[in-house]
Amino acid sequence: MINNWQTPSGMSRRHFMQHLAGSSAVATASMTMGGAIKANADELRKNGKSAILLWMGGGPATIDIWDLKPGAPTGGPFKPISTTGDMQICEHMPLVAQQMKHLSIVRSMSTREADHMRGRYYMHTGYVPNPNIEHPSYGSVIAHEVMDQRPDLEIPPFVSVGGASAGPGFLGMAWSPFSVTSNGQIRNLKMNLDDNRLLQRMAALDTIESGFSKRTRDLPASEHAKVLKKTFDLMTSDQMEAFRVEKEPEEVKERYGTDRFGQGCLLARRLVEAGVPFVEVDLGGWDNHNGIHALFKDTKLPQLDRAMSALVEDLNQRELLKDTVVIWMGEFGRTPRINQNAGRDHWARSWSCVVGGGDIKGGLAVGETSSDGTAVETEPFSSEDLMTTVCKGLGISTEKTFTSKNGRPMKIAGGGKIISELVG
Amino acid sequence: MTRYSTILTTLIIFGSLLCPQVLRAAEAAAPSQVKMINEIIEQGWRDFEIRPAAEADDSTWCRRVFLDVIGRVPNQEELSEFLAAKSKSKRADLVDTLLHDDRYTEEYASHWSTVWTNILIGQSGGNDRDSMISRPGMQKYLRDSFARNKPYDRMVYELVTATGSTKPGTERFNGAVNFLIDKVNEEKGVLATSSTSRIFLGQQVQCTQCHNHPFNQWKQQMFWEFNSFFRQTRSLRRFVDGTRDIDHAELIDQDFAGEANDPEDALVFYELRNGLTRVAYPVFTDGTAIGVSGFVSDVKRRDELGRMMLASENMDKMGVNRMWSLFLGFGFTKPVDDLGPHNPASHPELLSKLGAEFRKNSYDLKQLITWITLSRPYNLAPVLGSSNEIDDPSIGEMPKFSRFYLRQMSAEQLYQSLVTATDASSQGSYEEQERQRNRWLQQFVVAFGTDEGDEATTFNGSIPQALMLFNGDLTKKAISTSSGSFIDRLSKTGRSPRDRVNDLFLAGLARRPSKKEITIAGKLMAARKGNEKEMLQDMWWAILNSNEFIMQH
Repeated sequence: MINNWQTPSGMSRRHFMQHLAGSSAVATASMTMGGAIKANADELRKNGKSAILLWMGGGPATIDIWDLKPGAPTGGPFKPISTTGDMQICEHMPLVAQQMKHLSIVRSMSTREADHMRGRYYMHTGYVPNPNIEHPSYGSVIAHEVMDQRPDLEIPPFVSVGGASAGPGFLGMAWSPFSVTSNGQIRNLKMNLDDNRLLQRMAALDTIESGFSKRTRDLPASEHAKVLKKTFDLMTSDQMEAFRVEKEPEEVKERYGTDRFGQGCLLARRLVEAGVPFVEVDLGGWDNHNGIHALFKDTKLPQLDRAMSALVEDLNQRELLKDTVVIWMGEFGRTPRINQNAGRDHWARSWSCVVGGGDIKGGLAVGETSSDGTAVETEPFSSEDLMTTVCKGLGISTEKTFTSKNGRPMKIAGGGKIISELVG
Repeated sequence: MTRYSTILTTLIIFGSLLCPQVLRAAEAAAPSQVKMINEIIEQGWRDFEIRPAAEADDSTWCRRVFLDVIGRVPNQEELSEFLAAKSKSKRADLVDTLLHDDRYTEEYASHWSTVWTNILIGQSGGNDRDSMISRPGMQKYLRDSFARNKPYDRMVYELVTATGSTKPGTERFNGAVNFLIDKVNEEKGVLATSSTSRIFLGQQVQCTQCHNHPFNQWKQQMFWEFNSFFRQTRSLRRFVDGTRDIDHAELIDQDFAGEANDPEDALVFYELRNGLTRVAYPVFTDGTAIGVSGFVSDVKRRDELGRMMLASENMDKMGVNRMWSLFLGFGFTKPVDDLGPHNPASHPELLSKLGAEFRKNSYDLKQLITWITLSRPYNLAPVLGSSNEIDDPSIGEMPKFSRFYLRQMSAEQLYQSLVTATDASSQGSYEEQERQRNRWLQQFVVAFGTDEGDEATTFNGSIPQALMLFNGDLTKKAISTSSGSFIDRLSKTGRSPRDRVNDLFLAGLARRPSKKEITIAGKLMAARKGNEKEMLQDMWWAILNSNEFIMQH
């Protein structure tokens, strides 16, 4: 019988640690813990591109926000106002109107997925759902493509604030969104154990972990180990300071709005500043089958207006906007026709998205819809096109091809075409 | 005893060689349905020229079947009892015990109630203040049904046709109403329509609400015809006396005047995409129409629907496809609840035949579970080898079931397993324990902010889940060394630290530690300066956080 219960004489704790490190990938990678270079945010961001997706869950009525049809039977009660860009938007978005020189509206979005889950998947990935393959979402693709610009980033490269975002698909769990609440609080972050003991536990864990991976050879087993490594990095990183949105001055918090979406946008700015390549901020409640206009006027649009304008203004003032693409969209638009419950239903055939920042031109309205908003009258654009344009705006090659796990080549962003008015 | 354990070890080590014979012997006595499954699955292997993985050893299989049948890992006594059994039919015996022995009835019912509650009302149904659902009511109905092994078709009929009150303890309580209570009032009951057809018939119709489906045979007309069955049904809120707080809700059927205000001819309107309006009456998917009257005294529409659903072959297929996927990790179709010519099944013949057998055997879920758990694919090792490399459904291949696919436990299985392994839950009444469990589970649910209540879980192998298992309260309780804790009790058993580390691995992973693992335990012992309890604590932490613990394998 093996007897390992005696401490080998003369074996110091340090020696013990080296032993563990030698036998363990996790421990090796994490041994640098105390000694890692804590690069400051400016250094980290050098030439680094980022994107922030403002995700409007439920499918917002863009006809009431970005592409108004005053006077048409479908138009609703809102009036358009002028902006600092070359377009008009809804009167209940006065603060965003001041920022429109930085943002462009694509008014000729025309898609085919008008079911929430399908639309959500399609707009996040540039691919229609396919039972045989899971495609990576915006955040996973962009994080994956720009991570080589961030060798010192210790916090997850894809953060989802206040929502679920969408998954990494065939890129693997290591590229999945890290979901946090809008106040940036992360549950269960601290172990309250001294570093040595934590490392020793990690070494024991790695022994069990790698044994199982070797025996089964199945992907989920080895993916798990990668996530453990990232979790460990996160627990021991000073960069986690970026999540502490409560440290912002009161007036900044007020400017963004103290509701969850406002604080989420503020958190997004802090994260981008710290070098996180992709942040998604979720604002739900756009599935307005009933009583849409009162709700828009009193609640939804003031909330959106405040936070979105603050984000763009703040990014610009900090000179981050030139490297940060901002995207505003939901899974689809809503019917031009107002239904019997004074609401609007799902509609994907003609609607709008908003983009700006990075290398994307601001102040433009691209494309046109018919006078009642029911049809796109110029070249229609798809999720693939928008995603390709965003990639271009971030300096990511749109020729890039991924190989999915079954060996099938997959074009980045579904092989869409660039919306030429917006870049180059 | 010593000699016996040597034999045992030998058996475990060479288990993969011996098991096929053991199985074949057992197979002779197995139900004919098991042979049918094996023949069709094996034919698939021959067609694709792959060799299956070896048989899973006894301890792996024991852990697997406990997790799938009663929702937790076996404790040490249960594991050693199984390993010590000498009967050739020991696997069949264990399945029989888990399904039929009184000591497991409660856990069996509770596990399947959890699984079905999530299917019927989602992971968060009833947790929102505005919701009319009583989650405890849904669970009580399901627990009672599974405890009595109510036939599956009976359950489907009850869920679709139920009337009564949501909340246990109220007059007219009927927990089954919780399935539809939040799905009929809004938007003309489209949620009742799409959920009922998807969950029980494997028909995804939500898109056809607005337009004809581009790929499957469902048309917009069929959606509104199916929808018409739910239009007599309403949910009524019952308030706490003198307040506007909802106490419970009641699901009732009442006369439906139709959208043209003529109850003798109670029709519904829907709009085509070109703006034209059409009418629809209750017609089942196979084209069978029922009376057009909206008076409940003339025709109870949901009762008619329930009857026709029971006659539908799709209900059989959907039932077995779901059960198969819950045990094997993948169904015959992906997604599991989308059947039809537009989405071909991996094993269409098996899906049909198994559905037919299920019907022939009175929709006895325990028999279906027996067939699946004793089948060859369920008894394979979780090993991807060179001879079955193409069998990888996680990359989009059709499953061939030539190995047991690794998958993560559900959050509920993890919770139950931790509680079993370590008594990590606090004490308290059944209700209090349920509340604690529910609170713990809710931390993983993320809603999508749509009217359809779409949701996702962060219990998906991502960082928040890893953080929770590293540092969360449940883990803290599980690895506590205080007096009376699992580690404390363990530290007082056995003869040596080695024995106790053995027990730790058996409790968590249903196997003994490897040489490497023993070595690292020894090093931990040294690092803890001989404090064995702390070493056990570190090791237990590592076990609970490992892929091997969190995976069903």
